[in-house]
Amino acid sequence: MSARMSTGRTIAAHAVLLTYTLIALFPVFVIVINSFKTRKAIFADPLALPWPENFDLVGYQTVLKQGDFFLYFQNSLIVTVVSLFFVLLFGAMAAFALSEYRFKGNTLMGLYLALGIMIPIRLGTVAILEIMVATGLVNTLTALILVYTAQGLPLAVFILSEFMKSVSHDLKNAGRIDGLSEYRIFFSLVLPLVRPAMATVAVFTMIPIWNDLWFPLILAPAEHTKTVTLGAQVFIGQFVTNWNAVLAALSLAIIPVLVLYLIFSRQLIRGITAGAVK
Amino acid sequence: MASRKPVRWHIGVFLAPAVLVYTALMIIPLFGTLLQSLFNKGAAGERVFVGLQNFATLFGNALWSDAFWNALGNNAWFFVVHMLVQNPIGIALAAILSTPRLRMAAFYRTAIFIPTILSFVIVGFVWKLILSPIWGIAPGMLDAVGLKSLFAPWLGREEYALTTLALVSVWQFVGIPMMLIYAALLSIPDEVLEAAEMDGITGASQFWKIKLPLILPSIGIISILTFVGNFNAFDLIYVAQGALAGPDYSTDILGTFLYRTFFGFQLQLGDPYMGSAIAGSMFGIILIGVCVYLFGIQTRLRRYQF
Repeated sequence: MSARMSTGRTIAAHAVLLTYTLIALFPVFVIVINSFKTRKAIFADPLALPWPENFDLVGYQTVLKQGDFFLYFQNSLIVTVVSLFFVLLFGAMAAFALSEYRFKGNTLMGLYLALGIMIPIRLGTVAILEIMVATGLVNTLTALILVYTAQGLPLAVFILSEFMKSVSHDLKNAGRIDGLSEYRIFFSLVLPLVRPAMATVAVFTMIPIWNDLWFPLILAPAEHTKTVTLGAQVFIGQFVTNWNAVLAALSLAIIPVLVLYLIFSRQLIRGITAGAVK
Repeated sequence: MASRKPVRWHIGVFLAPAVLVYTALMIIPLFGTLLQSLFNKGAAGERVFVGLQNFATLFGNALWSDAFWNALGNNAWFFVVHMLVQNPIGIALAAILSTPRLRMAAFYRTAIFIPTILSFVIVGFVWKLILSPIWGIAPGMLDAVGLKSLFAPWLGREEYALTTLALVSVWQFVGIPMMLIYAALLSIPDEVLEAAEMDGITGASQFWKIKLPLILPSIGIISILTFVGNFNAFDLIYVAQGALAGPDYSTDILGTFLYRTFFGFQLQLGDPYMGSAIAGSMFGIILIGVCVYLFGIQTRLRRYQF
Protein backbone atom coordinates (compact mmCIF):
# COMPACT_ATOMS: atom_id res chain seq x y z
CA MET A 1 0.00 0.00 0.00
CA SER A 2 2.59 2.52 1.05
CA ALA A 3 4.95 1.26 -1.63
CA ARG A 4 2.28 1.83 -4.28
CA MET A 5 1.53 5.27 -2.98
CA SER A 6 5.16 6.24 -3.18
CA THR A 7 5.35 4.87 -6.73
CA GLY A 8 2.49 7.14 -7.68
CA ARG A 9 4.22 10.02 -6.01
CA THR A 10 7.48 9.28 -7.84
CA ILE A 11 5.68 9.28 -11.17
CA ALA A 12 4.04 12.59 -10.32
CA ALA A 13 7.42 14.05 -9.31
CA HIS A 14 8.96 12.94 -12.60
CA ALA A 15 6.01 14.33 -14.55
CA VAL A 16 6.36 17.77 -12.94
CA LEU A 17 10.13 17.85 -13.35
CA LEU A 18 10.01 16.64 -16.95
CA THR A 19 7.42 19.27 -17.85
CA TYR A 20 9.50 22.02 -16.36
CA THR A 21 12.67 20.64 -17.97
CA LEU A 22 10.95 20.90 -21.35
CA ILE A 23 9.97 24.50 -20.66
CA ALA A 24 13.53 25.29 -19.58
CA LEU A 25 15.28 23.57 -22.46
CA PHE A 26 12.98 24.32 -25.38
CA PRO A 27 14.37 27.81 -26.09
CA VAL A 28 17.92 26.51 -25.68
CA PHE A 29 17.11 23.80 -28.18
CA VAL A 30 15.81 26.48 -30.57
CA ILE A 31 19.09 28.39 -30.22
CA VAL A 32 21.26 25.37 -30.89
CA ILE A 33 19.33 24.02 -33.90
CA ASN A 34 19.21 27.46 -35.47
CA SER A 35 22.94 27.93 -35.11
CA PHE A 36 23.33 25.12 -37.68
CA LYS A 37 20.95 26.63 -40.24
CA THR A 38 21.05 29.11 -43.07
CA ARG A 39 19.99 32.63 -42.27
CA LYS A 40 16.90 32.27 -44.43
CA ALA A 41 15.90 29.07 -42.66
CA ILE A 42 16.28 30.66 -39.22
CA PHE A 43 13.55 33.17 -39.94
CA ALA A 44 11.44 31.14 -42.39
CA ASP A 45 11.00 28.12 -40.14
CA PRO A 46 12.73 28.56 -36.77
CA LEU A 47 11.51 25.24 -35.46
CA ALA A 48 12.77 23.09 -38.35
CA LEU A 49 15.61 20.75 -37.55
CA PRO A 50 18.81 21.35 -39.50
CA TRP A 51 18.16 19.01 -42.44
CA PRO A 52 20.53 18.82 -45.43
CA GLU A 53 18.58 21.43 -47.43
CA ASN A 54 18.95 24.11 -44.78
CA PHE A 55 21.99 22.81 -42.92
CA ASP A 56 24.70 25.42 -42.83
CA LEU A 57 27.83 25.82 -40.77
CA VAL A 58 28.38 29.36 -41.97
CA GLY A 59 27.86 30.70 -38.46
CA TYR A 60 30.58 28.56 -36.96
CA GLN A 61 32.86 29.18 -39.93
CA THR A 62 32.49 32.94 -39.53
CA VAL A 63 33.18 32.67 -35.83
CA LEU A 64 36.34 30.64 -36.33
CA LYS A 65 37.61 32.87 -39.10
CA GLN A 66 36.90 36.20 -37.47
CA GLY A 67 39.32 37.30 -34.80
CA ASP A 68 40.84 34.91 -32.40
CA PHE A 69 38.01 33.12 -30.70
CA PHE A 70 40.21 30.71 -28.82
CA LEU A 71 42.02 33.63 -27.27
CA TYR A 72 38.66 35.22 -26.35
CA PHE A 73 37.61 31.98 -24.69
CA GLN A 74 40.87 31.81 -22.81
CA ASN A 75 40.45 35.41 -21.62
CA SER A 76 36.90 34.76 -20.45
CA LEU A 77 38.00 31.66 -18.60
CA ILE A 78 40.95 33.36 -16.89
CA VAL A 79 38.85 36.34 -15.81
CA THR A 80 35.98 34.19 -14.57
CA VAL A 81 38.04 31.60 -12.71
CA VAL A 82 40.46 34.03 -11.05
CA SER A 83 37.70 36.44 -10.00
CA LEU A 84 35.72 33.53 -8.64
CA PHE A 85 38.69 32.34 -6.61
CA PHE A 86 39.16 35.75 -4.99
CA VAL A 87 35.44 36.27 -4.40
CA LEU A 88 35.15 32.92 -2.65
CA LEU A 89 38.33 33.25 -0.60
CA PHE A 90 37.92 36.88 0.48
CA GLY A 91 34.16 36.54 0.80
CA ALA A 92 34.34 33.47 3.02
CA MET A 93 37.01 35.07 5.20
CA ALA A 94 34.94 38.21 5.73
CA ALA A 95 31.76 36.20 6.25
CA PHE A 96 33.53 34.13 8.90
CA ALA A 97 34.72 37.23 10.74
CA LEU A 98 31.21 38.68 10.70
CA SER A 99 29.33 35.56 11.71
CA GLU A 100 31.82 34.20 14.23
CA TYR A 101 33.12 37.08 16.31
CA ARG A 102 31.34 39.67 18.36
CA PHE A 103 33.26 42.89 17.99
CA LYS A 104 32.50 46.58 17.94
CA GLY A 105 31.05 47.60 14.60
CA ASN A 106 30.14 44.08 13.53
CA THR A 107 26.61 44.97 12.38
CA LEU A 108 27.87 48.17 10.83
CA MET A 109 30.54 46.28 8.88
CA GLY A 110 27.91 43.78 7.74
CA LEU A 111 25.71 46.58 6.47
CA TYR A 112 28.67 48.29 4.84
CA LEU A 113 29.58 45.15 2.92
CA ALA A 114 25.92 44.53 2.03
CA LEU A 115 25.59 48.01 0.50
CA GLY A 116 27.18 46.70 -2.66
CA ILE A 117 24.33 44.26 -3.26
CA MET A 118 21.96 47.18 -3.55
CA ILE A 119 23.59 49.26 -6.21
CA PRO A 120 24.82 48.09 -9.56
CA ILE A 121 28.57 48.64 -9.70
CA ARG A 122 27.98 50.02 -13.18
CA LEU A 123 26.82 53.29 -11.64
CA GLY A 124 30.44 53.90 -10.64
CA THR A 125 31.84 53.14 -14.08
CA VAL A 126 33.30 56.55 -14.78
CA ALA A 127 35.24 56.63 -11.52
CA ILE A 128 36.38 53.03 -12.02
CA LEU A 129 37.70 53.89 -15.46
CA GLU A 130 39.59 56.84 -14.00
CA ILE A 131 41.16 54.58 -11.37
CA MET A 132 42.20 52.07 -14.02
CA VAL A 133 43.68 54.76 -16.23
CA ALA A 134 45.60 56.20 -13.28
CA THR A 135 47.05 52.80 -12.37
CA GLY A 136 47.75 51.83 -15.96
CA LEU A 137 45.49 48.79 -15.80
CA VAL A 138 43.32 49.64 -18.81
CA ASN A 139 43.27 46.80 -21.34
CA THR A 140 44.53 44.22 -18.89
CA LEU A 141 42.66 41.23 -17.54
CA THR A 142 43.71 42.39 -14.06
CA ALA A 143 41.35 45.36 -14.32
CA LEU A 144 38.42 43.07 -15.06
CA ILE A 145 39.39 40.65 -12.30
CA LEU A 146 39.57 43.46 -9.73
CA VAL A 147 36.20 44.90 -10.71
CA TYR A 148 34.47 41.52 -10.76
CA THR A 149 35.97 40.61 -7.40
CA ALA A 150 34.55 43.81 -5.93
CA GLN A 151 31.23 43.15 -7.67
CA GLY A 152 30.93 39.58 -6.39
CA LEU A 153 32.06 40.13 -2.80
CA PRO A 154 28.92 41.69 -1.23
CA LEU A 155 26.61 38.88 -2.27
CA ALA A 156 29.18 36.23 -1.31
CA VAL A 157 29.63 37.73 2.16
CA PHE A 158 25.88 38.08 2.65
CA ILE A 159 25.03 34.49 1.70
CA LEU A 160 28.06 32.83 3.27
CA SER A 161 27.63 34.55 6.63
CA GLU A 162 24.00 33.43 6.64
CA PHE A 163 25.15 29.84 6.13
CA MET A 164 28.07 30.10 8.55
CA LYS A 165 25.71 31.09 11.34
CA SER A 166 24.29 27.57 11.25
CA VAL A 167 27.69 25.88 11.69
CA SER A 168 27.72 24.31 15.12
CA HIS A 169 29.46 26.29 17.86
CA ASP A 170 30.31 23.06 19.67
CA LEU A 171 32.46 21.95 16.75
CA LYS A 172 34.38 25.23 16.61
CA ASN A 173 34.83 25.34 20.38
CA ALA A 174 36.03 21.75 20.36
CA GLY A 175 38.62 22.84 17.81
CA ARG A 176 39.68 25.73 20.05
CA ILE A 177 40.05 23.42 23.02
CA ASP A 178 42.27 21.21 20.87
CA GLY A 179 44.49 24.26 20.37
CA LEU A 180 43.65 25.05 16.74
CA SER A 181 44.34 28.62 15.71
CA GLU A 182 41.43 30.71 14.43
CA TYR A 183 42.89 30.35 10.92
CA ARG A 184 42.94 26.57 11.19
CA ILE A 185 39.37 26.57 12.49
CA PHE A 186 38.30 28.62 9.48
CA PHE A 187 40.22 26.70 6.82
CA SER A 188 39.91 23.15 8.08
CA LEU A 189 36.68 23.12 10.07
CA VAL A 190 34.30 25.75 8.77
CA LEU A 191 35.17 25.93 5.07
CA PRO A 192 34.55 22.24 4.38
CA LEU A 193 31.21 22.50 6.15
CA VAL A 194 29.94 25.40 4.07
CA ARG A 195 31.11 23.89 0.79
CA PRO A 196 27.56 23.54 -0.54
CA ALA A 197 27.01 27.24 0.11
CA MET A 198 30.38 28.06 -1.50
CA ALA A 199 29.36 26.09 -4.58
CA THR A 200 26.05 27.96 -4.69
CA VAL A 201 27.78 31.32 -4.41
CA ALA A 202 30.31 30.24 -7.05
CA VAL A 203 27.56 29.31 -9.47
CA PHE A 204 25.85 32.63 -9.42
CA THR A 205 28.92 34.77 -9.07
CA MET A 206 30.39 33.35 -12.23
CA ILE A 207 27.35 33.76 -14.48
CA PRO A 208 27.16 37.56 -14.55
CA ILE A 209 30.94 37.67 -14.92
CA TRP A 210 30.94 35.30 -17.88
CA ASN A 211 28.08 37.07 -19.62
CA ASP A 212 29.11 40.64 -18.83
CA LEU A 213 29.46 42.96 -21.75
CA TRP A 214 29.74 46.29 -20.03
CA PHE A 215 33.13 46.21 -18.31
CA PRO A 216 35.00 44.32 -21.05
CA LEU A 217 33.74 46.98 -23.45
CA ILE A 218 34.86 49.86 -21.27
CA LEU A 219 37.91 48.57 -19.43
CA ALA A 220 39.47 46.02 -21.77
CA PRO A 221 38.30 46.33 -25.37
CA ALA A 222 41.73 45.57 -26.87
CA GLU A 223 42.04 42.60 -29.20
CA HIS A 224 44.27 40.64 -26.81
CA THR A 225 41.95 41.09 -23.80
CA LYS A 226 38.54 40.62 -25.44
CA THR A 227 36.16 38.21 -23.76
CA VAL A 228 33.79 35.89 -25.59
CA THR A 229 30.65 37.95 -25.00
CA LEU A 230 32.41 41.05 -26.28
CA GLY A 231 33.88 39.09 -29.17
CA ALA A 232 30.39 37.96 -30.21
CA GLN A 233 29.22 41.57 -30.38
CA VAL A 234 31.20 42.22 -33.56
CA PHE A 235 28.45 40.29 -35.33
CA ILE A 236 25.66 42.47 -33.97
CA GLY A 237 25.53 45.58 -36.08
CA GLN A 238 23.34 48.60 -35.78
CA PHE A 239 21.61 47.77 -39.06
CA VAL A 240 22.65 44.27 -40.09
CA THR A 241 23.20 41.53 -37.59
CA ASN A 242 24.91 38.33 -38.58
CA TRP A 243 22.54 36.12 -36.61
CA ASN A 244 24.23 32.91 -37.78
CA ALA A 245 27.50 33.99 -36.26
CA VAL A 246 25.87 35.38 -33.12
CA LEU A 247 23.96 32.16 -32.52
CA ALA A 248 27.07 30.08 -33.20
CA ALA A 249 29.30 32.18 -30.97
CA LEU A 250 26.79 32.20 -28.14
CA SER A 251 26.09 28.47 -28.50
CA LEU A 252 29.82 27.90 -28.13
CA ALA A 253 29.95 30.29 -25.19
CA ILE A 254 27.40 28.17 -23.31
CA ILE A 255 29.80 25.21 -23.14
CA PRO A 256 32.56 26.45 -20.77
CA VAL A 257 30.15 27.97 -18.28
CA LEU A 258 28.09 24.79 -18.37
CA VAL A 259 31.22 22.76 -17.59
CA LEU A 260 32.06 25.07 -14.70
CA TYR A 261 28.51 24.74 -13.44
CA LEU A 262 28.71 20.94 -13.59
CA ILE A 263 31.95 20.98 -11.60
CA PHE A 264 30.42 23.16 -8.88
CA SER A 265 27.14 21.33 -8.72
CA ARG A 266 29.01 18.07 -8.10
CA GLN A 267 30.93 19.85 -5.35
CA LEU A 268 27.61 20.95 -3.94
CA ILE A 269 26.41 17.36 -3.59
CA ARG A 270 29.73 16.02 -2.34
CA GLY A 271 29.96 18.83 0.20
CA ILE A 272 26.56 17.97 1.57
CA THR A 273 27.07 14.23 1.79
CA ALA A 274 30.58 14.50 3.26
CA GLY A 275 29.62 16.98 5.99
CA ALA A 276 31.57 16.36 9.18
CA VAL A 277 28.69 16.79 11.60
CA LYS A 278 25.47 15.29 10.40
CA MET B 1 35.05 32.35 24.21
CA ALA B 2 37.93 33.70 22.18
CA SER B 3 37.62 37.16 23.68
CA ARG B 4 40.30 36.65 26.32
CA LYS B 5 42.95 38.00 23.98
CA PRO B 6 43.04 41.82 24.11
CA VAL B 7 43.58 42.44 20.39
CA ARG B 8 42.13 39.89 18.04
CA TRP B 9 44.26 40.47 14.97
CA HIS B 10 42.69 37.58 13.12
CA ILE B 11 39.42 39.50 12.76
CA GLY B 12 41.29 42.19 10.86
CA VAL B 13 43.12 39.64 8.75
CA PHE B 14 39.87 37.93 7.82
CA LEU B 15 38.17 41.20 6.92
CA ALA B 16 40.97 43.19 5.30
CA PRO B 17 41.17 41.75 1.74
CA ALA B 18 37.44 41.91 1.13
CA VAL B 19 37.06 45.36 2.66
CA LEU B 20 40.02 46.81 0.73
CA VAL B 21 39.03 45.58 -2.74
CA TYR B 22 35.39 46.40 -2.13
CA THR B 23 36.03 49.90 -0.81
CA ALA B 24 38.45 50.89 -3.55
CA LEU B 25 36.48 49.62 -6.53
CA MET B 26 32.89 49.80 -5.40
CA ILE B 27 32.23 52.21 -2.56
CA ILE B 28 34.48 55.07 -3.67
CA PRO B 29 33.20 55.10 -7.27
CA LEU B 30 29.58 54.76 -6.14
CA PHE B 31 30.04 57.48 -3.56
CA GLY B 32 31.28 59.68 -6.39
CA THR B 33 28.05 59.03 -8.26
CA LEU B 34 25.87 59.81 -5.25
CA LEU B 35 27.78 63.01 -4.62
CA GLN B 36 27.25 64.02 -8.22
CA SER B 37 23.47 63.83 -7.77
CA LEU B 38 23.74 66.92 -5.59
CA PHE B 39 25.22 68.98 -8.41
CA ASN B 40 23.98 70.29 -11.72
CA LYS B 41 25.21 72.29 -14.64
CA GLY B 42 25.41 76.02 -14.09
CA ALA B 43 24.78 78.69 -16.70
CA ALA B 44 28.26 78.38 -18.18
CA GLY B 45 28.27 74.59 -17.98
CA GLU B 46 30.21 74.54 -14.75
CA ARG B 47 29.40 72.26 -11.82
CA VAL B 48 27.11 73.91 -9.29
CA PHE B 49 26.00 72.54 -5.96
CA VAL B 50 22.19 72.40 -5.96
CA GLY B 51 21.44 70.31 -2.88
CA LEU B 52 18.39 68.13 -3.29
CA GLN B 53 17.07 70.13 -6.25
CA ASN B 54 17.60 67.24 -8.69
CA PHE B 55 15.50 64.94 -6.54
CA ALA B 56 12.73 67.53 -6.26
CA THR B 57 12.69 67.78 -10.06
CA LEU B 58 12.68 64.03 -10.43
CA PHE B 59 9.73 63.46 -8.10
CA GLY B 60 7.71 66.58 -8.77
CA ASN B 61 8.42 68.15 -12.17
CA ALA B 62 6.05 66.52 -14.68
CA LEU B 63 8.81 66.43 -17.32
CA TRP B 64 10.70 63.93 -15.19
CA SER B 65 8.26 62.62 -12.63
CA ASP B 66 5.85 61.00 -15.11
CA ALA B 67 8.65 58.83 -16.43
CA PHE B 68 10.01 58.17 -12.97
CA TRP B 69 6.74 57.02 -11.37
CA ASN B 70 5.92 55.01 -14.49
CA ALA B 71 9.27 53.24 -14.24
CA LEU B 72 8.86 52.70 -10.51
CA GLY B 73 5.36 51.26 -10.92
CA ASN B 74 6.50 48.96 -13.71
CA ASN B 75 9.42 47.88 -11.59
CA ALA B 76 7.14 47.07 -8.67
CA TRP B 77 4.95 44.91 -10.93
CA PHE B 78 8.09 43.23 -12.31
CA PHE B 79 9.03 42.35 -8.72
CA VAL B 80 5.52 41.14 -7.82
CA VAL B 81 5.51 38.75 -10.79
CA HIS B 82 8.84 37.33 -9.65
CA MET B 83 7.65 36.86 -6.08
CA LEU B 84 4.39 35.23 -7.13
CA VAL B 85 5.74 33.05 -9.92
CA GLN B 86 9.49 32.58 -9.73
CA ASN B 87 9.96 31.89 -6.04
CA PRO B 88 7.04 29.48 -5.49
CA ILE B 89 8.05 27.52 -8.61
CA GLY B 90 11.66 27.51 -7.43
CA ILE B 91 10.70 26.24 -3.98
CA ALA B 92 8.34 23.61 -5.40
CA LEU B 93 10.97 22.33 -7.83
CA ALA B 94 13.58 22.20 -5.06
CA ALA B 95 11.18 20.34 -2.78
CA ILE B 96 10.46 17.74 -5.46
CA LEU B 97 14.14 17.47 -6.39
CA SER B 98 15.16 16.81 -2.81
CA THR B 99 12.96 13.72 -2.59
CA PRO B 100 15.28 10.95 -1.41
CA ARG B 101 16.34 8.38 -4.02
CA LEU B 102 14.87 10.36 -6.90
CA ARG B 103 16.39 9.15 -10.15
CA MET B 104 17.86 11.65 -12.62
CA ALA B 105 17.74 14.45 -10.03
CA ALA B 106 21.11 15.76 -11.23
CA PHE B 107 19.85 15.85 -14.80
CA TYR B 108 16.72 17.82 -13.89
CA ARG B 109 18.69 20.20 -11.70
CA THR B 110 21.16 20.93 -14.48
CA ALA B 111 18.49 21.24 -17.17
CA ILE B 112 16.39 23.67 -15.14
CA PHE B 113 19.47 25.74 -14.32
CA ILE B 114 20.67 26.06 -17.93
CA PRO B 115 18.56 29.17 -18.79
CA THR B 116 20.24 30.99 -15.90
CA ILE B 117 23.68 30.61 -17.45
CA LEU B 118 22.65 32.09 -20.80
CA SER B 119 23.61 35.61 -21.71
CA PHE B 120 20.86 38.21 -21.99
CA VAL B 121 21.62 38.73 -25.66
CA ILE B 122 20.61 35.20 -26.47
CA VAL B 123 17.63 35.12 -24.10
CA GLY B 124 16.21 38.28 -25.65
CA PHE B 125 16.73 37.00 -29.17
CA VAL B 126 15.31 33.53 -28.67
CA TRP B 127 12.14 34.77 -26.97
CA LYS B 128 11.59 37.26 -29.75
CA LEU B 129 12.04 34.37 -32.17
CA ILE B 130 9.44 32.36 -30.26
CA LEU B 131 6.90 35.11 -29.63
CA SER B 132 7.10 37.12 -32.84
CA PRO B 133 3.72 37.24 -34.61
CA ILE B 134 5.43 37.20 -38.03
CA TRP B 135 8.09 34.52 -37.89
CA GLY B 136 7.55 33.27 -34.36
CA ILE B 137 7.20 29.72 -33.14
CA ALA B 138 4.38 30.30 -30.65
CA PRO B 139 1.63 31.17 -33.20
CA GLY B 140 2.39 28.02 -35.18
CA MET B 141 2.44 25.85 -32.08
CA LEU B 142 -0.84 27.25 -30.78
CA ASP B 143 -2.30 26.77 -34.26
CA ALA B 144 -1.29 23.11 -34.21
CA VAL B 145 -3.40 22.49 -31.10
CA GLY B 146 -6.27 24.67 -32.31
CA LEU B 147 -5.72 27.54 -29.91
CA LYS B 148 -4.55 30.14 -32.40
CA SER B 149 -7.14 32.58 -31.10
CA LEU B 150 -5.25 32.73 -27.80
CA PHE B 151 -2.21 34.21 -29.48
CA ALA B 152 -1.47 37.89 -29.15
CA PRO B 153 1.70 39.80 -29.96
CA TRP B 154 2.62 39.67 -26.30
CA LEU B 155 5.81 41.70 -26.58
CA GLY B 156 4.19 44.38 -28.72
CA ARG B 157 1.06 45.15 -26.71
CA GLU B 158 1.30 47.71 -23.95
CA GLU B 159 -0.91 45.72 -21.61
CA TYR B 160 1.05 42.46 -21.95
CA ALA B 161 4.64 43.42 -22.72
CA LEU B 162 5.85 44.01 -19.17
CA THR B 163 4.28 40.85 -17.77
CA THR B 164 5.63 38.85 -20.69
CA LEU B 165 9.14 40.13 -20.07
CA ALA B 166 8.79 39.48 -16.35
CA LEU B 167 7.83 35.89 -17.15
CA VAL B 168 10.80 35.55 -19.50
CA SER B 169 12.97 36.77 -16.65
CA VAL B 170 11.29 34.23 -14.34
CA TRP B 171 12.02 31.53 -16.91
CA GLN B 172 15.65 32.60 -16.99
CA PHE B 173 16.26 32.91 -13.25
CA VAL B 174 14.09 30.28 -11.59
CA GLY B 175 17.26 28.23 -11.21
CA ILE B 176 18.62 30.55 -8.53
CA PRO B 177 15.87 30.13 -5.89
CA MET B 178 15.75 26.46 -6.83
CA MET B 179 19.47 26.01 -6.11
CA LEU B 180 19.42 27.94 -2.84
CA ILE B 181 16.35 26.18 -1.47
CA TYR B 182 17.67 22.83 -2.69
CA ALA B 183 20.93 23.38 -0.77
CA ALA B 184 18.95 24.39 2.31
CA LEU B 185 16.65 21.37 2.08
CA LEU B 186 19.56 18.96 1.70
CA SER B 187 21.27 20.38 4.76
CA ILE B 188 18.34 19.43 7.02
CA PRO B 189 19.75 16.54 9.09
CA ASP B 190 18.30 13.10 8.50
CA GLU B 191 17.64 12.67 12.22
CA VAL B 192 15.11 15.50 12.17
CA LEU B 193 13.25 13.95 9.25
CA GLU B 194 13.44 10.47 10.77
CA ALA B 195 12.01 11.78 14.01
CA ALA B 196 9.18 13.37 12.04
CA GLU B 197 8.50 10.10 10.26
CA MET B 198 8.40 8.28 13.60
CA ASP B 199 5.67 10.70 14.60
CA GLY B 200 3.82 9.90 11.39
CA ILE B 201 4.53 13.20 9.67
CA THR B 202 5.36 12.37 6.06
CA GLY B 203 4.93 13.70 2.55
CA ALA B 204 3.27 17.06 2.11
CA SER B 205 2.61 17.66 5.79
CA GLN B 206 6.29 16.95 6.48
CA PHE B 207 7.16 19.68 4.00
CA TRP B 208 4.78 22.24 5.52
CA LYS B 209 5.39 21.43 9.18
CA ILE B 210 9.07 20.45 9.32
CA LYS B 211 10.99 21.53 6.24
CA LEU B 212 9.38 24.87 5.52
CA PRO B 213 10.07 26.40 8.95
CA LEU B 214 13.66 25.18 8.68
CA ILE B 215 14.23 26.79 5.28
CA LEU B 216 12.52 30.10 6.09
CA PRO B 217 15.88 31.92 6.42
CA SER B 218 16.75 30.78 2.89
CA ILE B 219 13.37 31.93 1.61
CA GLY B 220 14.14 35.28 3.24
CA ILE B 221 17.44 35.41 1.36
CA ILE B 222 15.87 34.63 -2.00
CA SER B 223 13.15 37.23 -1.44
CA ILE B 224 15.66 39.96 -0.75
CA LEU B 225 17.88 38.83 -3.64
CA THR B 226 14.86 38.92 -5.93
CA PHE B 227 13.99 42.41 -4.72
CA VAL B 228 17.50 43.73 -5.24
CA GLY B 229 17.92 41.94 -8.56
CA ASN B 230 14.61 43.22 -9.92
CA PHE B 231 15.19 46.82 -8.93
CA ASN B 232 18.61 46.67 -10.59
CA ALA B 233 17.34 44.88 -13.69
CA PHE B 234 18.23 46.39 -17.02
CA ASP B 235 19.74 43.97 -19.49
CA LEU B 236 16.72 41.87 -20.44
CA ILE B 237 14.51 44.88 -21.17
CA TYR B 238 17.38 46.49 -23.05
CA VAL B 239 18.04 43.52 -25.33
CA ALA B 240 14.36 42.76 -25.89
CA GLN B 241 12.82 46.24 -26.25
CA GLY B 242 15.80 48.58 -26.58
CA ALA B 243 16.65 51.49 -24.32
CA LEU B 244 13.30 53.14 -25.10
CA ALA B 245 11.56 50.23 -23.33
CA GLY B 246 8.65 50.15 -25.77
CA PRO B 247 5.87 49.92 -26.60
CA ASP B 248 5.36 53.49 -25.37
CA TYR B 249 7.56 53.06 -22.29
CA SER B 250 5.26 50.32 -20.98
CA THR B 251 8.26 48.15 -20.08
CA ASP B 252 10.39 50.99 -18.76
CA ILE B 253 11.92 50.11 -15.42
CA LEU B 254 14.33 52.09 -13.27
CA GLY B 255 17.39 50.49 -14.90
CA THR B 256 16.42 51.48 -18.44
CA PHE B 257 15.27 54.92 -17.30
CA LEU B 258 18.64 55.42 -15.63
CA TYR B 259 20.50 54.22 -18.70
CA ARG B 260 18.65 56.60 -21.03
CA THR B 261 19.14 59.51 -18.68
CA PHE B 262 22.75 58.85 -17.74
CA PHE B 263 24.24 57.92 -21.09
CA GLY B 264 21.70 59.49 -23.42
CA PHE B 265 19.88 57.76 -26.21
CA GLN B 266 19.28 58.73 -29.82
CA LEU B 267 18.35 62.41 -29.77
CA GLN B 268 18.33 62.71 -26.00
CA LEU B 269 21.62 63.89 -24.56
CA GLY B 270 23.08 62.19 -21.52
CA ASP B 271 22.57 64.04 -18.26
CA PRO B 272 25.01 62.70 -15.65
CA TYR B 273 23.50 64.85 -12.89
CA MET B 274 19.88 63.73 -13.28
CA GLY B 275 21.20 60.24 -13.99
CA SER B 276 23.00 60.28 -10.67
CA ALA B 277 19.79 61.46 -9.01
CA ILE B 278 17.94 58.46 -10.47
CA ALA B 279 20.76 56.20 -9.31
CA GLY B 280 20.48 57.77 -5.87
CA SER B 281 16.72 57.15 -5.80
CA MET B 282 17.21 53.51 -6.82
CA PHE B 283 19.75 53.21 -4.06
CA GLY B 284 17.25 54.70 -1.58
CA ILE B 285 14.43 52.38 -2.67
CA ILE B 286 16.62 49.30 -2.40
CA LEU B 287 18.04 50.49 0.91
CA ILE B 288 14.52 50.80 2.35
CA GLY B 289 13.63 47.29 1.15
CA VAL B 290 16.79 45.78 2.56
CA CYS B 291 16.30 47.55 5.90
CA VAL B 292 12.73 46.27 6.13
CA TYR B 293 14.13 42.79 5.59
CA LEU B 294 17.10 43.12 7.95
CA PHE B 295 15.28 44.72 10.86
CA GLY B 296 11.69 43.66 10.33
CA ILE B 297 11.99 40.09 9.09
CA GLN B 298 15.45 38.67 9.55
CA THR B 299 15.62 39.38 13.28
CA ARG B 300 12.35 37.50 13.79
CA LEU B 301 13.45 34.41 11.90
CA ARG B 302 14.48 31.54 14.09
CA ARG B 303 17.68 29.85 13.15
CA TYR B 304 18.37 26.26 14.03
CA GLN B 305 21.88 24.98 14.52
CA PHE B 306 22.53 21.36 13.80
